[in-house]
Amino acid sequence: MDKADCPSQNKTKDFSTLRNRKICASKAQQSSFSLLSKHKNVQPAEMSKDGTQLPSPPGHEPRNKTLLILVVVLSFSTRFYKLAEPPHVCWDETHFGKMGSYYINRTFFFDVHPPLGKMLIGFAGFMAGYDGTFPFIKPGDKYEEHNYLGMRGFCAALGSCLPIFAYLIVMELSQAQSAALITASLLIFDTGCITISQYILLDPILMFFIMAAVLSMIKFNQQKYRPFTAPWWMWLVLCGANLSGAVGVKFVGLFIIVLVGLNTISDLWVLLGDLNLSLVDVLKHFLARVAGLILLPLFLYVTIFAVHFVVLNKSGPGDGFFSSAFQSRLIGNNLHNVSMPESESRTPVLVRHGDIIRLEHKETTRNLHAHRQEAPLTKKHFQVTGYGINGSGDSNDLWRVEVCGGQRGDLVKVLRSKVRFLHKATGCVLYSSGKTLPKWGWEQVEVTCSPYLKESPSSQWNIEDHFHPELPNISLSVLKPNFLEILLESHIVMIKGNSGLKPKDNEMNSKPWHWPINYQGLRFSGVNETEYRVYLLGNPVVWWINLASLGLYVIMVAVASIAIKRGLPLNQSRLEHSRLLKRAGGLLLLGWLLHYLPFYAMGRVLYYHHYFPAMLFNSMLTGVTLDILLKSSDLLLHSVYSDRLKVGGWLLLQLSILYSFYLFHPLSYGMMGPLAHEPGSAMAGLKWMDSWDF
Amino acid sequence: MLQLPLVVTVQVDLVLVLISSLAFLTRLSCLSYPNAVVFDEVYYGQFVSLYMKRIFFIDDSGPPLGHIILALGAYLGGFDGNFVWNRIGAEYPMGMNVWSLRLLPALCGALCVPLGYLLALELKFSHVSALGAAVLLLLENSLIVQSRFLLLESVLIFFVLLALLSYLRFQNSTSSSWSRYGWLLLCGVSCAAAVGVKYMGLVSYLLLLGVASVDTWNVIGDRAASHLSVCVQCFCRFMCLLVVPALLYIFWFYIHLSVLNHSGPHDQLMSSAFQASLKGGLSRITKGQPLEVAFGSQVTLRSSASHPVPCWLHSHKANYPVRYENGRGSSHQQQVTCYPFKDVNNWWIIKDPNRQDLVVDTPPKPVHHGDVIQLVHGMTSRFLNSHDVAAPMSPHAQEVSGYIDFNVSMPAQNLWRVDITNREAKSEVWKTIVSDVRLVHVNTSAVLKLSGVSLPEWGFRQLEVVAEKAFKVHSSSLGWTVEEHRYGTSQEQKDREVELHSPTHIDVDRKISFWAKFVELQWKMLTLKQEESEHKYSSSPVEWITMKTNIAYWLHTSTNAQIHLIGNLVSWGVAHLSMLAYQLLAVIYLLRRRRGFKDISDGAWEQFVRLGCVCVGSWLVNFVPFLLMEKTIFLYHYLPALCYLHLLTPTLLEHVHTHLLSSPTHRRLLHVCVIGVLLYVFLCFWTFCPLTYGTPELSASQLQRLKWRDSWDILYRRQ
Repeated sequence: MDKADCPSQNKTKDFSTLRNRKICASKAQQSSFSLLSKHKNVQPAEMSKDGTQLPSPPGHEPRNKTLLILVVVLSFSTRFYKLAEPPHVCWDETHFGKMGSYYINRTFFFDVHPPLGKMLIGFAGFMAGYDGTFPFIKPGDKYEEHNYLGMRGFCAALGSCLPIFAYLIVMELSQAQSAALITASLLIFDTGCITISQYILLDPILMFFIMAAVLSMIKFNQQKYRPFTAPWWMWLVLCGANLSGAVGVKFVGLFIIVLVGLNTISDLWVLLGDLNLSLVDVLKHFLARVAGLILLPLFLYVTIFAVHFVVLNKSGPGDGFFSSAFQSRLIGNNLHNVSMPESESRTPVLVRHGDIIRLEHKETTRNLHAHRQEAPLTKKHFQVTGYGINGSGDSNDLWRVEVCGGQRGDLVKVLRSKVRFLHKATGCVLYSSGKTLPKWGWEQVEVTCSPYLKESPSSQWNIEDHFHPELPNISLSVLKPNFLEILLESHIVMIKGNSGLKPKDNEMNSKPWHWPINYQGLRFSGVNETEYRVYLLGNPVVWWINLASLGLYVIMVAVASIAIKRGLPLNQSRLEHSRLLKRAGGLLLLGWLLHYLPFYAMGRVLYYHHYFPAMLFNSMLTGVTLDILLKSSDLLLHSVYSDRLKVGGWLLLQLSILYSFYLFHPLSYGMMGPLAHEPGSAMAGLKWMDSWDF
Repeated sequence: MLQLPLVVTVQVDLVLVLISSLAFLTRLSCLSYPNAVVFDEVYYGQFVSLYMKRIFFIDDSGPPLGHIILALGAYLGGFDGNFVWNRIGAEYPMGMNVWSLRLLPALCGALCVPLGYLLALELKFSHVSALGAAVLLLLENSLIVQSRFLLLESVLIFFVLLALLSYLRFQNSTSSSWSRYGWLLLCGVSCAAAVGVKYMGLVSYLLLLGVASVDTWNVIGDRAASHLSVCVQCFCRFMCLLVVPALLYIFWFYIHLSVLNHSGPHDQLMSSAFQASLKGGLSRITKGQPLEVAFGSQVTLRSSASHPVPCWLHSHKANYPVRYENGRGSSHQQQVTCYPFKDVNNWWIIKDPNRQDLVVDTPPKPVHHGDVIQLVHGMTSRFLNSHDVAAPMSPHAQEVSGYIDFNVSMPAQNLWRVDITNREAKSEVWKTIVSDVRLVHVNTSAVLKLSGVSLPEWGFRQLEVVAEKAFKVHSSSLGWTVEEHRYGTSQEQKDREVELHSPTHIDVDRKISFWAKFVELQWKMLTLKQEESEHKYSSSPVEWITMKTNIAYWLHTSTNAQIHLIGNLVSWGVAHLSMLAYQLLAVIYLLRRRRGFKDISDGAWEQFVRLGCVCVGSWLVNFVPFLLMEKTIFLYHYLPALCYLHLLTPTLLEHVHTHLLSSPTHRRLLHVCVIGVLLYVFLCFWTFCPLTYGTPELSASQLQRLKWRDSWDILYRRQ
């Protein structure tokens, strides 16, 4: 009757776990065949008789295997077909290919995403014999003799795993091949998923880890009646490892951590409520999860960064994003192994906290000056200018130095002290507003004098270069930050970089509400008629089926819940379906929500491809929902007709997915010739929305 | 038949009466002191003035009900709106009825105290707890300060508490009579009012909806009730809690828009159609214009984008420089720009490409969607032209110019197709003000567009206009509307210039529906971005918990008398401690109940949970959103959240008293502690009274002694 019935048998007959499980499993197999079985009407009676049904790994059925193999073959062949086309840099390959090359060259760079994805790309390229010499300057550059297939192949291989994982996840959740096959074909024949898997991008890697984490989480859930056995540990550890992989590729991996976290919390809550378990057992469960899902991922994540910093030890384009102390680590940076004057001795007068100074610009000999004029951009702050020349000036050139967290008389130290400059006449503090000046200021960043004296990083400065003839030099190696400091700093820089990716005003940017309706795609390659064009756009039939299923799911759950709550008489299979809808569907819906809703709150610039992880969850939900909808057709019809309707509907669904893939496949595999609004085009008549530009 | 004797039994809760009168005393005494503008009165006051003069304005800080309530107070006091709200501390003139201006917020603030009392009772706690809650609310200096001026927080708090109270009344009343639905209706109305005063009311409304849906779910689960009665109950809740608030919310806008029917300072932000519906302003100019644009019409074209500023298509006798600063070349033809001021150079004449003359036929031949036209600049007679030359500031787009034939094999490309985007029929006529039109360049199929970039000195810093092949981009910067319009009658250029300078006339009236105005206004309010501003007294939400910053509201012009927003530090601390204690207790209870230990009865547990949903839940929803906000926020934003904590403190103590303390000594100890804390709360209140009421004036040393926290900013006047 309930999943919990099996473990209660467990409890009564100690050590007979395995045998019990086998009994349960065989029942599950029976029910999983129910779709294809001609004796469907017998099934409920049989089930209600002994009343046990347990979702557990399906047995080693040959048919099962063949279907899985079919999915694998289709998945790989759709992803690897025309992988080498087009032989030039497409879209963001220009970033991630370049960064892969940096790993091969060991050049330090900066990116807003954590390093694992790029590291794997670089590694794949290296293994395939790419030497890191291709510059990846802009999209459209020909690869010529450079070996780019290793990197693309790696991404495509990971991307090919997505439909397989989805198939397995839905199989585990719903125990129905029909549902799993719907999901698999939705993903295999989605042009968007194909396109995004075929290029050197982070997304296939990210989604691989996300799906692998979900799969191992569900496998782990299925092992709950055999805690602390080898497979139990294996899935736990795999889940943890995949979590760190997902976050190691992009920060959106955090959403999957939230999903797994919520699942674990509810899991622990159930365990806590099981009064047959002693508190010590509960504690053991808790600690095992802490180790597997928190400590292990944390360790792996830190390791990724350690590898990143060890590999990239040469100065490169990323230096400027980091602090002076950080830069001193990099070979080739002008702060590397240098020494600067600093002394505790008395001879020259040293600058201390509270001293009044004047700052003269070395090139122009003008003084740093502020006055009660509004600053060019930040109107509430005062303007900062260069005033006077050759040592002349006025009282507005005077600044008081303060060491942050210091007291009167503290020395101002190179690099280590954070100092603030307080304007003596107006009492304001020298401030970097972070806003870019217009053309006349060469788009440099505005400096103002802020009357709001609260301490903030924008008003803190440090002394980076320092020359003084009379002071002995000290080596800056003492300043070399330790690993944790580097880790912290690189995260701060990444987070700042991410929030700095603000949408520009005159750019057409993608809005989250565009995504589920497949409103607008992304141009991967080519613009006009003579070029080889690839356009990232989901198969509209697939995406709209997904969208409709979301609505359908909500309605079905609402109807089922109200019916149960009102105590309407429902037969066994109906109850089973509604439980499946709520449990499995709920988990998948939560996954979709977690990977979709946060984008509404994000200030950074958004792109269409951000939706793909959510789309995977949506497709799995569609599989579960539509399968149950078809199975519920006997609500309306006599069982003979309903069986036919069920099979017919399923086939119709598959055929329409297949046919739409046939129609839209040029989006992924490339089109030449006239654009879609002209009659001679391969896509003629398929521009169903004006906003699609192919 | 009259039954005798006629008996009326009246039950009066004397405690409630007493606490209410104290609340009125603390909130309403000496309302007109100080007789000067206090803090944000300077902000809300200007809107009250505009209300009195019925002048339209947009305030993006919240929906209009708050302004309506403030304006009502001013109206009852006979305020005529003639006061310039320009700085904090400015004295009000003699005849102004300051008392009535501040009366309604103060009344709302005073009523919050008895509401707190009743809420505690509805949460099924004793009268003693209810009294405690009321006393804490009564003695909260920050609530007093915020209630006594022309500000909206107290109004918001009042409606939110009223909504909660009426919902709990509805839920708790056991009778199935229809009168309990009166409470539900009241709940819906006060929800609408809360949301109508400030957007922050929305979070409380959502929380209430959450609680209500859980309760409704339980009603659905009631198998004893028939299907029909369950349906009816659900329907009633749906109507009262969703439909009524939505309708009322729109009704506030209806009042707002029907009162404010004169044009004013914010007209420019609205569409031409909206502006034309206001008296004065644009409607004065456009009144009596012909509706249908015809060949030969003289028009001004306003860009539909109000970003960066609203502007009109413009040209003038100056050419693009032959070379720009960066070395790129131009066509050197006449500049076409977008100009944010009314000017005679904004006039264009619509010409039929197949004819020579620039006058309107009789009868006029209207322009339809899809027609091809030429646009002639009225003052210079140049044709609007575009060609494959990079635009000055946006090189990816085409330059738009007034065509001059330099004989350099650069032919005129001056045909434009009219594309009415908001058309209803297939070949709709181009209408003044109403139609949103795109001008598609026939030769290149580029669209006339306001790029939003300012031109440099040579273009007089006017805005750049370009043509861009962006047929799939849906953007308001592509749309243009005809604003001023008249049928041209002059054949000769000289006559035409005179005609362009003369005002338009003839009389026709044009209306825009309320619904369209509502949608436009609400959308503008939500999307209007004010420049991010820092403020001396702004604070971060985390600082609110410890009350790290105060806000100086007012300082007497010559003495040390001053008013500050400072809460009662003692009750503030106790409130946050009790919030922590509740959460701790809740976690312990939950874990222990899960393991099968029932420390308290199910009834007590239910009461405890409901207390948490109402108090801690409300605190969370009223606090957490501020953590995510990037706006400039102040201590007073925390007051709604704080009220719930004051409700929580005594009720939680009662819970501890009845369920956790068993020995009489412990209980006695608790009594003593509570009395001690209450005394201390009162002392604190009394100490800060001078800063709350602004009187009596304190000496510098006394003020120094009140600076309990170093981070507070208390002002001293140098002697």
